[in-house]
Amino acid sequence: MHEVQPEPVPVAQKAKRGRAIVITSGKGGVGKTTTTANLGHALAARGCSVALIDADVGLRNLDIVLGLESRVKHNLLDVLDGTVELDDAIVRDKHNASLVLLAASQTREKDEVDTEKMKALVERMREQYDYVIIDCPAGIEGGFKNAVVGADEAIVVCTPEVSAVRDVDRVVGLLGNKFRPQLIVNRLRPALVKKGKMLSVEDVNAILRLPLLGVIGDEPEIIVTTNRGEPIALRKDGATAAAYHAIAAKIAGEDVAAPTVEIKASGFFGRLGAMFGGAK
Amino acid sequence: MSGRRIVVTSGKGGVGKTTTTANLGATLAKRGHRVILIDADIGLRNLDLVLGLEKRIVFDVVEVAEGRCQLRQALIKDKRFGELLSILPAAQTRDKDAITEEQFAGIVKQAAEISDYVFIDCPAGIEAGFRNAIAGADEAIVVTTPEVSAIRDADRVIGKVAEKNIPIRLIVNRLRPEMVRTGDMLSVEDVCEILSAELIGVIPDDEEVIDTTNRGEPIVLDEANKLRVVYDKIARRLEGELVPFTNFDNQGFFGRLLGVLKAG
Amino acid sequence: MIEFFRKLFAPTNSSQTAKERLRLVLMTDHLSLAPEMIEQMKRDFIDVIAKYVEVDRDKIEINFEQQDKALAMLANVPILAVNRNGGGNNGDGGKKTEEPKTVEAVAAATTAPLPRRKRRKKSPPATVAPSNASPAPAG
Repeated sequence: MHEVQPEPVPVAQKAKRGRAIVITSGKGGVGKTTTTANLGHALAARGCSVALIDADVGLRNLDIVLGLESRVKHNLLDVLDGTVELDDAIVRDKHNASLVLLAASQTREKDEVDTEKMKALVERMREQYDYVIIDCPAGIEGGFKNAVVGADEAIVVCTPEVSAVRDVDRVVGLLGNKFRPQLIVNRLRPALVKKGKMLSVEDVNAILRLPLLGVIGDEPEIIVTTNRGEPIALRKDGATAAAYHAIAAKIAGEDVAAPTVEIKASGFFGRLGAMFGGAK
Repeated sequence: MSGRRIVVTSGKGGVGKTTTTANLGATLAKRGHRVILIDADIGLRNLDLVLGLEKRIVFDVVEVAEGRCQLRQALIKDKRFGELLSILPAAQTRDKDAITEEQFAGIVKQAAEISDYVFIDCPAGIEAGFRNAIAGADEAIVVTTPEVSAIRDADRVIGKVAEKNIPIRLIVNRLRPEMVRTGDMLSVEDVCEILSAELIGVIPDDEEVIDTTNRGEPIVLDEANKLRVVYDKIARRLEGELVPFTNFDNQGFFGRLLGVLKAG
Repeated sequence: MIEFFRKLFAPTNSSQTAKERLRLVLMTDHLSLAPEMIEQMKRDFIDVIAKYVEVDRDKIEINFEQQDKALAMLANVPILAVNRNGGGNNGDGGKKTEEPKTVEAVAAATTAPLPRRKRRKKSPPATVAPSNASPAPAG
């Protein structure tokens, strides 16, 4: 009897190719790097192997947000040039060994990145990691194009401000049909939304019309976490940490609700609070 | 005599370049100077939006560079300031290699011939858009927030701008005095120590700013806005006056009770 | 509540941590942006050493290493012989060494800011807000 055997799959190889997600926005300062770092941690905490790539060549910050700046010896350009092996360039995270960082170069320029090589690198890394997350620089110039080239999923980060919404809208246009970007609304201030001084999530998404991954409130503690290089997702408590974990769960395919930020309903106390808080 | 050509840059995005350019320019216009603001963020323009002038755009900086219109035709006069404040919008649907450094510098110089101050709103980053923006400048203002990433990027940008040998001044934006007091945020002194550029302004974080940009209304037009005083001081320092810095440390109990930012 | 305890037991406040980290990171950034200066520094360093000992210039290794709290320059300098005439001032006759020795020089730069790029002269602000180094008591 002769059985037709399927092609043997080498045991060492992963069964599935990892996912490559770019985190972008157009506008700077909305939280791309913070989101990359925290989502990376949240996914790693779920047992996934995660590689973070800082594509902001010349203005790197993912390393410092992760607290790994003193461990970076080689960077993305060294690997793309072939002067250093990928394994020697990646830095393992201090808190979770299944999270690694490939830092950007601080001294080179974005136009030194070869787009094809970048694409090939991301492809290679997808063979080794469950998630490859690319931190995109601000803007829509070469840095943006290189960050996007290897990814096939995109997350856009937007703050509830006119400039940010406008920029995200432009970026979504540039991302084109290859991507179906998902939205994270970051730095929402419920009190201001309630007073009508800040766009609500509904306002933002009425313009952008993207599937909502989650909403994260404005959290001054983020500044402290960056000061220390200890991303907030490492904490067991707090709304912001919980939001990142929920978003990670959603990305991983779990059927969880997108985290939101409550705009407190106006009852007696709400009105009372508004009387005092609303005085200018 | 030609006007001053000042680029407002930062490296890091989102620290307040556009808001600062708009408000500082508007303040100087209110003080009687002729001011032209140029948006160098081609493809991601926002200066028009922040000033509420987005509906009045006819031509943009790229069209001026290509010779399709005169500079004067492209300038949008902000009627709230008489003849004194104008903006040259960026192109929204082009990208930054639609204009060369020489072309941009030429436009900046042209603008300086018909104004006292030209402010160039620089895009984030240090790529072509940045290079264009600094091309025509003879002074620079670097904006940073008291946060690690912003400072690191500001440092890089200061290094790049320093190659041009032009005066570089620093604005620390979005300071939160209460967080500085608890040790959760770097102080202005910390920032100046690290960056060593001449400090020209300290702007506290103020949630009202979002409201002003939502409405497209420069802060200087709102008498009730606490930040008006701050921008006025920066304007005066730019004019050459020695103006003491506000002591944000003394908010204290009474400060919070009255909700008043100590002017001065 | 947890925040209160975290702050109570935190060794330093986060702004101090941030300041130290920034100082180190910027030193590294500046170093990597000034390769010609580094090369000149290495040459000068070797020239100084060579006044006292004979060195194998081809085998000298000088690197900068970022350790957790400091940036260090590490030099590995194979020594072939000690100069009889010393560095000029020693005049101890010099000892003859049999085999090449290696000197490991570790110069830790923790506080001295390393290469500062040339900046234009700056004038300090007219009056400066009092230092925020020691946080005022709350309230």
